[in-house]
This record gives sequence, C-alpha cells and structure tokens, in this order.
Amino acid sequence: MLSTMDFFWERIVPNLDKGLWLTVQIIAPSAIIGFLLGVFIGTLRVFGSPKIRKVMDVYTAIIRGVPLVVQLFILYFGLPSIGIYFQPYTAAVLGFILCSGAYHSEYIRGALLSIKQGQLKAAYALGFTRVQTILWIVVPQAVRRALPGCGNEIIYLIKYSSLAYIVTCMELTGKAKALAAQTFRFTEVFFAVGLYYLFLTTVATWLLAWLERRLSIPGFGGKSR
Amino acid sequence: MRPEYRYALMNTQTPHPPVLSMRNISITLGGRKILNSVSLDVERGELKVLIGPSGGGKSTFLQCMNLLVTPDAGSVSIEGASVNPHDKKALCRLRQDVGMIFQDFNLFDHLTAVKNVAIALRRVKGMSREAAEERAMHELGRVGLTDKADLYPAHLSGGQKQRVAIARALAMDPKVILLDEPTSALDPELVGEVLAVIRDLAKSGMTMIMATHQMDFATALASEILFMEQGNIIERGTPGSLLAPDSATRTRDFCTRLADM
Repeated sequence: MLSTMDFFWERIVPNLDKGLWLTVQIIAPSAIIGFLLGVFIGTLRVFGSPKIRKVMDVYTAIIRGVPLVVQLFILYFGLPSIGIYFQPYTAAVLGFILCSGAYHSEYIRGALLSIKQGQLKAAYALGFTRVQTILWIVVPQAVRRALPGCGNEIIYLIKYSSLAYIVTCMELTGKAKALAAQTFRFTEVFFAVGLYYLFLTTVATWLLAWLERRLSIPGFGGKSR
Repeated sequence: MRPEYRYALMNTQTPHPPVLSMRNISITLGGRKILNSVSLDVERGELKVLIGPSGGGKSTFLQCMNLLVTPDAGSVSIEGASVNPHDKKALCRLRQDVGMIFQDFNLFDHLTAVKNVAIALRRVKGMSREAAEERAMHELGRVGLTDKADLYPAHLSGGQKQRVAIARALAMDPKVILLDEPTSALDPELVGEVLAVIRDLAKSGMTMIMATHQMDFATALASEILFMEQGNIIERGTPGSLLAPDSATRTRDFCTRLADM
C-alpha cells in the first residue's frame, strides 16, 4: 500500500486535476450567465408589469423553495419522460444557472429598491424612456450595490457545483468519490478534495475583491479610489 | 375679469405662441387637492418666479410642466402644441425641450461630472461619445467647472453639484428650464455661486420658471412673481407692483416674514 504522501501525489492529484478542470467549466458559465439572469430577473421583479413581476416572484419562490438536488434530479432524470434529454454537463450547468439566477435576483432586487427616486426623476426629466433609465442609470448603480451579495452567491455556487456528480457529471467531487470507493482511503481523498474547493473559493474571493475595486465609485460604500 | 383670462386675451395678440402654456391644471394626490385649475403662460425670455409657503403646490406645478406628474385635468402646450401625457414619444420630446433643476440636484451618482452631462446626449439624442463629451465639457465650462469634470458627485460640493445639474440641463438645448428651489438644499455660503449661474442664464435670455425663497434674487430678475397657496395662484405681478412698500399684498406680507426669520 502506498504511503499517504505517495498516494496523494500519485493517485489523488492526477485524478482530482481532471475533475478540477470540469468543475471550472461548470462554475464559469454558471456564475456569469447566472449573474446576468439574476440582473434580468431582479430588474423585472422591480420594474416589470404586475403580471411579469408575479411570474418572476413565483419562479424565484420555486427555485429557492425546492432543494437543488431535487431540481437536478428533475432536469436529468425527470425530463426525459417528457422527451427532453440533457447531457450530464448541460443538466448540471442549466440547474446551477437557474438556481443562482434566482438568488442573484434577490440581491439585485434589494439594490434596485435602494436607488433613490430622484435618480429616476432626473433621467425622465432629461427625456430618457423607462427602459433607457433602467438600463443606463438604475442597473449600473444597483449592480455595484449588489456586488458583495452576488459575490457571496458565487462562492456558494462553487461549493454547490459539487452536486453535479449526482447527475453523473464527473467533476471534482465525482472523481473524489470514485477514487475513494476504489481505494477505501476516504479520509485522504475527501480531505484533499476539501483543499481543492478551498483553493477555488480563495481564487474566487480574490477575483471578486478585484472586481469590486475595479467597479468602485466614490459614494458607493466601501473604500473609494 | 379673472387674471388668467386677461392673460389669454393678451396672448392671442402676440405673434408667437407662448414657449410653455399650462391650462387649468388640476391634480388631487392622496385625497388632497394639490392644484386647483392653475394656468400659466410663459413667453420667450421670461423668468417667472413661484413663491409661497411649502405645500402650496409650487413643486407639483413645476413637475406638471414636464409631465413628471400627470395632472388629472388640464393641458400642457409647448410652443403652441399640446402634449398628450399618454404618448410616450411626445413625453420624451417635451422633456428634452423642458430642462429641470431639482432641489437636491439628483446627479447620477455613478457618473463623473462630464459623464453626467454627456449621458443624455448619448442615450437620448444619440450623439457619439466624443461629440457628447465635447459638448459636455463646453457646458461645464459655462458653469465654471471644467476642472471638476472627472470628479464623481460624492466629491463635489452642493453648489458644484447644482452647477453640474444646470450644465446637464443646458446641454439638451432646452426651450425652457424649470428650477425647483435650486438653492434650498445648499449651505448659505454656496447659494451665491448657483444664483450667479442662474442670473447669467436669465441675462442671456433663457426662459425659466423658478420656485424659490430667494426674494432679493426674485425682485432683481423676475419678469413676474406668482404667489401660490393651497393649489392656487393667488397673486401675480411684477416684483415692483407686488413688493412696493405701500402694497398690502399677500406676497409682500410673506416676504416680510421670510426676511424676519
């Protein structure tokens, strides 16, 4: 039997590195598209017609109210019964986008509500249409205010991306679980995979802090330039 | 004859329609009558000053002029053309022609001074970024803020913010500018710089309607003072006639009490 260090370098690292790449491929589109979806839904939940608002509120309530695992089961195992088939990767990414979109929309909604009415009035008084006002005045301010919350959601996403293995997408956790089952060395394998996730969330935290600095504007809380 | 009617008669004799014409504007908000069939014609180059106690309807009346607030009844016409408040295109056109300055400035917090002025030129007038920012710099120069162009609102004083707001309105080439107590939110020592800019505008012939408590300013520059109380214009006239020492007008009474404070 390999020593712990040898097992780590010879078996765990090569295996998990393969999973790591797939995990990154899951996280990146889920984070970006999920955020954009959240901005879109959050905006509709504040500025949409009453009917659209209702629809989006129901969407958010369902996504937030049903466990993500169940949603993934439905996407991957449930939908084929009505003729909709997804690849494991597609099902996972789709599930994560829908989920983080709903959560992001809540942060964005809160930020939108905090924009002073005077900002909208000033835009209307200059001849902006409602859509132009939302697009060029309200959303740019709201996104900055929502960024810390949305960053938090992206950190969550990195961790719940581990659920992708449930729909047979062999990312980090999937690889780890397979290796552990094969070798019965659960402690080492799961300890290592924990470190991999810690690495990912640390990188994400740096990226988000950089982005916040990049977008920071005097008067929008936090340290100004 | 009621003053409004006399006014309407006078206007039929002038060759140009008034720049802005408000006819019988009424509005009820929250069960309270805010404006009670108020009318006003503004001719080119005039400076009309609205005064009166808070809650008298000045601010609502101003916001009806660019239809930020839709009146329950009455009509708004710009250069003789009546504007349908439910036609969105017409509304946007009206608002491009009618600039507005707010008491609390309402600069866009996420944009620098120059971008605050340029954004409507780009997004509403469809100008290129270069052309819009060049025009914006020109307007900032007019209000003496060329050196503050790249500062964000959080780094500007109240007086500077209000001057940027004036530059932003001017950049749209408005036919008339509405000023809703433009100096009321300012520290006393900053009032002068803003009034100086407005004075220059008045002297250059800009048509303006201004709600204010700055009576010295109004007396010196107003073509007409309108005293509003409880949703009505209860007195109107030149500063000389309303504020003459021997006139027993409500306006004079109000101004004396303002001066006593």
